[in-house]
Amino acid sequence: MAVRVGVVTFPGSLDDRDALRAVRLAGAEPVPLWHGEKWLSDVQAVVLPGGFSYGDYLRCGAIARFSPAMDSIVDGARQGMPVLGICNGFQVLCEAHLLPGALIRNRSQKFICRDQAVRIENAGTAWTADYEDGQQLVIPLKNAEGCYVADERTLDELEGSGRVVARYLDGNPNGSLRDIAGICNAEGNVVGLMPHPEHATDPLVGPGTDGLPFFSSVLRALVGAA
Amino acid sequence: MSRPAVDTVEVAATSPSQSQPFKELGLNAEEYQRIKDILDRRPTSSELAMYSVMWSEHCSYKSSKVHLRQFGDKVPAEAKDILLVGMGENAGVVDVGHGLAVTFKIESHNHPSYVEPYQGAATGVGGIVRDILTMGARPVAVQDALRFGPANAPDTARVLPGVVAGIGGYGNCLGLPNVGGEISFDPSYLGNPLVNALCVGVLPADGIKLAKADGPGSHVVLFGARTGGDGIGGASVLASASFEAKGEKKRPAVQVGDPFAEKVLIECCLEIFAADLVTGIQDLGAAGLSCATTELAAAGTGGMDVDLDLAPLRDETLTPEEILMSESQERMMAVVTPENLEKFLEVCAMWEVTATVIGTVTDTGRLVMRWHGETIVDVPPRTLAHEGPVYERPVRRPYDQDALNGEHGNGLPRPKSGEQLRATALKLISSANLADKSWVTDQYDRYVLGNTVLAQPEDSGMIRLTDRALDGSGEADLGVAVSVDGNGRYTRLDPYAGAQLALAEAYRNVATTGARPLAVTNCLNFGSPEDPAVMWQFAEAVRGLADGCQQLGVPVTGGNVSFYNQTGSTPILPTPVIGVLGVIDDVSRRTPMALRGDGAQLYLLGDTRDEFGGSEWANVVHGFLGGRPPKVDLTREKLLADVLINASRDGLIDAAHDLSDGGLFVAVAEGCLRGEVGVRLVVPEGLDPFVFLFSESAGRAIVAVPRTEEVRFTDMCTARGLPATRIGVLDILESAIEVQGQFRLPLSELRTAWAATLPDLFG
Repeated sequence: MAVRVGVVTFPGSLDDRDALRAVRLAGAEPVPLWHGEKWLSDVQAVVLPGGFSYGDYLRCGAIARFSPAMDSIVDGARQGMPVLGICNGFQVLCEAHLLPGALIRNRSQKFICRDQAVRIENAGTAWTADYEDGQQLVIPLKNAEGCYVADERTLDELEGSGRVVARYLDGNPNGSLRDIAGICNAEGNVVGLMPHPEHATDPLVGPGTDGLPFFSSVLRALVGAA
Repeated sequence: MSRPAVDTVEVAATSPSQSQPFKELGLNAEEYQRIKDILDRRPTSSELAMYSVMWSEHCSYKSSKVHLRQFGDKVPAEAKDILLVGMGENAGVVDVGHGLAVTFKIESHNHPSYVEPYQGAATGVGGIVRDILTMGARPVAVQDALRFGPANAPDTARVLPGVVAGIGGYGNCLGLPNVGGEISFDPSYLGNPLVNALCVGVLPADGIKLAKADGPGSHVVLFGARTGGDGIGGASVLASASFEAKGEKKRPAVQVGDPFAEKVLIECCLEIFAADLVTGIQDLGAAGLSCATTELAAAGTGGMDVDLDLAPLRDETLTPEEILMSESQERMMAVVTPENLEKFLEVCAMWEVTATVIGTVTDTGRLVMRWHGETIVDVPPRTLAHEGPVYERPVRRPYDQDALNGEHGNGLPRPKSGEQLRATALKLISSANLADKSWVTDQYDRYVLGNTVLAQPEDSGMIRLTDRALDGSGEADLGVAVSVDGNGRYTRLDPYAGAQLALAEAYRNVATTGARPLAVTNCLNFGSPEDPAVMWQFAEAVRGLADGCQQLGVPVTGGNVSFYNQTGSTPILPTPVIGVLGVIDDVSRRTPMALRGDGAQLYLLGDTRDEFGGSEWANVVHGFLGGRPPKVDLTREKLLADVLINASRDGLIDAAHDLSDGGLFVAVAEGCLRGEVGVRLVVPEGLDPFVFLFSESAGRAIVAVPRTEEVRFTDMCTARGLPATRIGVLDILESAIEVQGQFRLPLSELRTAWAATLPDLFG
């Protein structure tokens, strides 16, 4: 039986279809989930996609995190279900306190869309096992609120426990502290990532296939666990 | 609480001599008299508001109509094979095969973008996206054609960043990839920038929706955002008259956009379309409720009853006249049968979209509106929507046209030595019009929706429509390509030729990427139609465009006219902006612009003549405009397009790039920088190096041909009679552009000059 990976659509989600496509390309069964439903349709992992949920009103991700689906996702994540938050999904995970810190306005004050070089710093998470530590990738980055911030102690803790999952290379695009592009929780099942790996899964419509292993990693983790 | 008294039909009938502010609303005495003749009484103030916005230049096309008819009269024979919906609807629809149709259109939002750059540009995107949605289509891509005053002018530093942020802020939040467009600068746009937005949508060929209210008894539902006080009078006052004198006063007339509201409206509408729950639909754009109700009624059974006080408001103090004129964004109006109403409202509830039944379709032939039970509007809807005034404005060739064409500029000093040519090359590539535009385009999401095959700075934007990886069907993935182009300087020198050159460039850009051009949309930006010289430019441009489309076999499917683009009595350069849509059967065959392939041969296709009238060289180096624009040869354009399309399909070329502003050198530089490859160029025998490098002769492209395909490619060109001249070879080790015997320019130096201009200007 194929591994079922859910992708949540909030009002204002934009890259939900792309995440579903990436899940399919990785060989798993994509399952669209609606934010208003608590029921997670037996999915084994969840992707919170990019976009502007609720128009970024109040703060990015601040309203989406109160949706019924998020209650179940937070419960699942605490019990070890793999959860990947991309861009706005990362912001939702921070708002839901599944990940520490926050994402604020880019230092340039402008939206930025570019093919971004990043380095995988931790290939031990549920979503990065198909990479190697130190592997360099190019994946699209597109955000206005992508500057990762946290207090020094939290940053040191993240660094010390290997919870910085990915770091920007060749120029920090948004002012993120310590060039952080992605982090994970202590257990490594919840990952938040600012760049968009789902847009680097098909060379015809993206800069390559460097993003695909995020989706195949979780597949392997779940098949291995089964 | 008592409501202020309203002007009812009853009151109007008994107070025929009451004076009304028709002039302030933009109507002249004859037009006001015609309204009285139609109604056989004076209009109520609500009716006057409706006539004033519907008969405005912006909504009625009263000055342009007599010219635009040519697009129908000269429709090419090819149109009948592909055109599902032609001009007159919200947007034209083209059959692209595989059971799919594509709709696209370009529209201006010039005046609001000058007054309030961020919101003006943002709502320009929102408006065109709703036009596309209204046809039953999922919007899949946007492009923008932008024109500003001089790049270093203080006001450009106010307008440009705001416009770009507005386009990005709205489009990015809607989740629509921005895949192309153009940005250029000229002093004539300083007090009147041009913001033209294009949207492409895709729909099932049998899923087209039309704006008509059919079937008496059906409900009229207003849904989406609540109606507010923004954009009141925008249509007739702001868009049709120069705001020079009263700019301050009219500032609040610009609409305010909420892209999140539009995003959920899009998803809500698409779900409603998929379930087939509407018989007619119209978006609320210019002239808001006045336009939606009259157009729906006029195109359908013919009548409608509306209880205007049921319209949900953001501001409860709005008067009926203001509600009728409000251009609040993110609103739609649907006609829903009684049996579908419940399901319709359920979908709206799921997306948290406010939906309110405000009226009923009737067969009375009258549009009747009530306000708390009192009748305030009772009109024949066709008289507003279709039977507005039509003017045959006087046309006169500008007095200075001969002088302008006579000043040919042949005496302008030209660079001779290699050193001078090199300096000219650097000067051009770093000029604002030709420099790297990524400062702008990096603020737009080009990836969202996951189907962007090509995006700026490629010759055209290309979107994948079918995805075999997901549905496993077909042998290849179908795609569409779109390009927008315009050139105000060429059009000023010769409006007939200028419009054709813009058309030819967009057509060529689409073919350069390997797509077959199918259809045309246009945004005609001109000065005041009351100026006979401007009207001559307009008439000539329309005639040129209609003739050109007929020759190229690509029908005009719709578009937009924007008049009164002027500061005081000085009009902008006449600027028709032309969008061409093409189809490609296999998107994996698309031809990119990045020169690549070590040892690949670089060929120049077409003829190069000594043509510098209206050129970037004359503009940048000498600040000169005069003479004649490059020669138009549409037969040649067609031949070139055929060769480019076949070469793409048969895999004969690695890269291709169209030659336009700045000529060959600029095209080669852009291709080398994108492909990170050097090239050794040889000036063809008999050609002056300066002419070779910088002439803007039309009908040309460069292609990179791998050595293995060289014979097949050149044989094809020979057989078809297209001049193909080998001008160089690509060299990955060289990392410079070397023009043999003239100069050498390292790519690093070129990139610095090219990339620094816009960041230096705008931060």
